[in-house]
Amino acid sequence: MTNRGSSGSERRPGAPALDLDQLLKDPDIKVIVTCGSGGVGKTTTAAALALRAAEQGRKVVVLTIDPARRLAQSLGLTELDNTPRRVPGVGDSASSDGALLAMMLDMKRTFDDVVSAHTTPEKAEQIFANPFYQSLSASFAGTQEYMAMEKLSQLRNQLVENGQWDLIVVDTPPSRSALDFLDAPQRLGRFLDGRMIRLLSAPARAGGKAYLKVVSASFGIFTKVMTKILGNDLLGNVSAFVASLETMFGGFRERAEQTYELLKASDTAFVVVASPEPDALREASFFVERLQQEEMPLAGVILNRVHSAEANLSTQRALAAAERLAEASTPDPSTELAAAALAVHAEFAESARQDYAMIGRFAAAHPDIAQRTVPALATDVHDLAGLRAIGDALAG
Amino acid sequence: MTGKGGTGKTTVAGALALALAAGGNRILLVEVEARQGLAQLFDTPPLPYVETKLAANQGGDVIGLAVDPEAAMLDYLEMFYSIKRGGSVLRRMGAIDFVTTLAPGLRDVLLTGKVKEAVTRQRAGTQIFDAVVLDAPPTGRITQFLQATNEVAGLAKFGPIHKQSVGVSTLLHSPQTVVHLVTLLEEMPVQETMDASSELLAAGYHLGRIIVNRARPELVGAGLLTPSGMVDEQLLGAGLAEAGLDAALAPALAREVSDYASRQQVQQQAERTLAEADRPITRLPELSPPMDLGNLFELAAALDVQEWV
Repeated sequence: MTNRGSSGSERRPGAPALDLDQLLKDPDIKVIVTCGSGGVGKTTTAAALALRAAEQGRKVVVLTIDPARRLAQSLGLTELDNTPRRVPGVGDSASSDGALLAMMLDMKRTFDDVVSAHTTPEKAEQIFANPFYQSLSASFAGTQEYMAMEKLSQLRNQLVENGQWDLIVVDTPPSRSALDFLDAPQRLGRFLDGRMIRLLSAPARAGGKAYLKVVSASFGIFTKVMTKILGNDLLGNVSAFVASLETMFGGFRERAEQTYELLKASDTAFVVVASPEPDALREASFFVERLQQEEMPLAGVILNRVHSAEANLSTQRALAAAERLAEASTPDPSTELAAAALAVHAEFAESARQDYAMIGRFAAAHPDIAQRTVPALATDVHDLAGLRAIGDALAG
Repeated sequence: MTGKGGTGKTTVAGALALALAAGGNRILLVEVEARQGLAQLFDTPPLPYVETKLAANQGGDVIGLAVDPEAAMLDYLEMFYSIKRGGSVLRRMGAIDFVTTLAPGLRDVLLTGKVKEAVTRQRAGTQIFDAVVLDAPPTGRITQFLQATNEVAGLAKFGPIHKQSVGVSTLLHSPQTVVHLVTLLEEMPVQETMDASSELLAAGYHLGRIIVNRARPELVGAGLLTPSGMVDEQLLGAGLAEAGLDAALAPALAREVSDYASRQQVQQQAERTLAEADRPITRLPELSPPMDLGNLFELAAALDVQEWV
């Protein structure tokens, strides 16, 4: 494991500070992956980091998976589009080398591209027409993970080949589990190595009729089960699909393995995002442990949306003072305002106390992981200025 | 029960199950995302794929079940095809990987299929569970999750899988199934709630309530700010002095008040947007973490389920 940026401005006892500017500036870093559970601000963090890197002179492409509408708009993304497009208003000045390109993942088109790239046009047409393929590529959950990783590896190849960008920031899909995208490529490999593939494609190879003759006796139970469950009709479709994909499976597996290796390379950095809530922190812990176990390059953890109070006044004193106001004189505009301000302060101070208790526990459990606390903002991002402000909060 | 990640849908699902149990009902609370969220919520060891009592409320029980697609598949094979101990063969062949991960639509069908089995299970002619509460996937995937049965029914035009899928789909689309949406009063969760509710309606599902979780109280009345929406620091300083505090705290407190006021505005805007969905709304108070069973009972009471019918 690598701990980057152990000398940041913010340091809590027990955990080194995460210096994201150092990470963004490091020319040896080519891929930054933001991950974490849903609702922690992962996509926004990816976009803000990408923008900041671009404005510091890097040529950045940011791959977003499922951005909120306004975030997409602020990046100039108006529709699902599988090609990186330049974000207007970033690095336009002559003095800057930086540029920001953004794209949203189009799952179906990425899948189609993979098919086209690995087979003849006629065969591709056959595959596209298969109803099983249509469902798998367009609507089934889980395909997103494979396709996000596939797209990442394409972008990585382009980085090496034509140098249009020198940094890729990638957001991860809002999965059932944050670990899904790590496991998806491997699972694909395991499946492709299994005998199931050959079995499933057997009927199609044999013209759909001599299924039972093609497979050997050792597959007896399996065959019976499959026919019983799937019925001939579905089995035929699945089988035709698998058989037509077979020629490209080698390429598929190879790429899955490459992507996995790419994620382990020292020019990749993982940034785990969490909010100070039990679920999000638990997911972050799983992730941190998994990355360490797989020897994947973890840069650190962003503890996002942490509440804080500005005024140096304890909750107890604020509440006591508010009580004094309530008991004393008849209310006038000044005491009403003060009472409201004290109530607001008590609310913030209490949220801050809870949040810091949560992240304190996390820091104690992971004292060797670089961490950075980012305040909760009052409003969502609507434009580049908003993203810049988040970039400042992340790394400034 | 669905909602954007981080909105507290698991907590609300747990509170709903508790509330429904009151008065002697047997409620099954199901999770399908392999996160062991129910065990965390009810402070029990990780749930196996076995119905386990989680809590009791006024003579009723909440039974928990963490559905795991692999176990659900073996269960399904045994139940409908009398195939026992097929698991190891299927695993060796890669069939389990195939069904539970590579063809995740099938995974969703197995998960919803298990829910249907629980809903319709009978003993001596009466249903075993009075209600089943499903802690469903988040708003971003809920329609896809529920629609997986239709998708599969369309792929398998006849045969046993077709029949199964149609059965599950019919139950999910019937008025017996209601989808509730949990949201925070923030822009993104509200947007997802609105998107999900129109998708669900378009796909023919029955919507229940919108549950607003963790709303902050309106502490800053409009009359307290200057006409331009600012905080008068001198006025605030005077008030603080009156309360026996240092008036020098005024600038920092003024920034907090402005910050809070803009959060209130976001909340108000969120409320206006939610009103367009034209669904009944239930509001839950913000409770201090960590969530414990006592908190959960408080939320269960706040849900006020008698009003839902």
